[in-house]
Amino acid sequence: MKTTLKTTLTRQLGKAALIAVAAGLLGGCATSGNPKDPIEGFNRAMFGINEGLDQVIIRPVSSGYEALLPSPIQTGVANFFSNIADLMIGVNNLLQGKPAQAASDAGRVIVNTTVGFLGILDVASTMGMEKHEEDVGQTFGRWGMDDGAYIVLPFFGPRTVRDTIGLVFDVYTDPVAHVDHIPTRNTLLATRIISDRAELLKADKVIEEAALDKYSYVRDAYLQRRQSLIHDGNPPKFDPYSGSGDGKSAGAQGEGAGQAQVATRN
Amino acid sequence: MKLFALLLACASFFLSPGVQAQQAPDALVKSVTDEVLDIIRKDKDIKAGSTKRAIELVEQKVLPHFNFTRMTALAMGKDWRQASAAQQKELTEAFKELLVRTYSNALIAYKNETVDYRPFKMQPGDTDVTVRTQIHQAGARQPITLDYSLEKNGNSWKVYDVVVAGVSLVTNYRSSFATEVRNGGIDGLIKTLQAKNRSLETASQK
Repeated sequence: MKTTLKTTLTRQLGKAALIAVAAGLLGGCATSGNPKDPIEGFNRAMFGINEGLDQVIIRPVSSGYEALLPSPIQTGVANFFSNIADLMIGVNNLLQGKPAQAASDAGRVIVNTTVGFLGILDVASTMGMEKHEEDVGQTFGRWGMDDGAYIVLPFFGPRTVRDTIGLVFDVYTDPVAHVDHIPTRNTLLATRIISDRAELLKADKVIEEAALDKYSYVRDAYLQRRQSLIHDGNPPKFDPYSGSGDGKSAGAQGEGAGQAQVATRN
Repeated sequence: MKLFALLLACASFFLSPGVQAQQAPDALVKSVTDEVLDIIRKDKDIKAGSTKRAIELVEQKVLPHFNFTRMTALAMGKDWRQASAAQQKELTEAFKELLVRTYSNALIAYKNETVDYRPFKMQPGDTDVTVRTQIHQAGARQPITLDYSLEKNGNSWKVYDVVVAGVSLVTNYRSSFATEVRNGGIDGLIKTLQAKNRSLETASQK
């Protein structure tokens, strides 16, 4: 029984990968010429493989997780990992020159680890210490590093060159990845993936229906989201009427001119 | 004190050209969101997953407060000016249908979450503002931000962009629209949008 399931999975995955690569090669002949996406052929192929992986394993398991576990337990699991992440979020805030946020993040870790039973309860949020979202890629962005080309990584999904370098640091400094007991580490990593994915289940249908072309919809959403995160929710606005389709003219009417600089590429 | 408030209310009623038009942008977003969510949570058809009913509701309650021409122009970027008046009208219609469907689906998916309104600041002369809200999802670590950009047209405020978690539902179409226009012209884009709408319609009727 077990082997049958395994072979079916492998076969399906193999098929998905094959179709994706074929589509990617065809796509490679007809890239849309987006300046942010010079390796669109490869990216589309990788996107297809990741989608296949999601469809066959990650989404079904996450749906099961969401359907079976009571919502308070799901929140507890999400909070537990969120608390661990707050540590490096604080460090990144410090590196970005935001000591107040960094102090709040450190406060969150202290409160949630103790009063919140190892992070299972997010007591800090109810106390008004807001949760932040930072990573090394954002820190580089804050420092003025250009985001570079868009790239779809195997398994990790959408990134830019800058965020890929950031990801290497993120993974390297991830406390969960440094758990010595390997089976525990792997269980924790897998649980975190499922918990993260379960949060996004509701968005699936919305994206599926909204997109004319899912690949470019996800790409553009990723790029916009990163821009917004780097500016902590206040990115420079698009200039409505001079904006061109190739995305070369992100306007500069947002915060300071220095930060708007990050948005304009080349 | 009560009398004074009453007088003030009467005065503002007579001085304003329309009571509705006087509504501040943040109050507008709040009242529409609350009303729609309230209906969605109670409506039997929507509870049973009827996209059709949700779309009707959005068309009735939400549409009047959106400026779809502006939204379509924003999504098109520079290609907008290439389109003839008739094409602009068709584009707006098709894009409106797609956005309404997306928005309705999102409402259904997130109907049980709580919405929280962020502090709103506005100067008296402002004609372009952002109303920030947050969706608190059960089981999630972090709320999703949902921001509405509004523009003052005469006396009323109209939404011209909806930004979810930093992603504009409008400008996110810009590059795919540009690709469509490059490949098949403005009419090509209109056809693609109409075909997409038709396929969604048949899918939801199943």
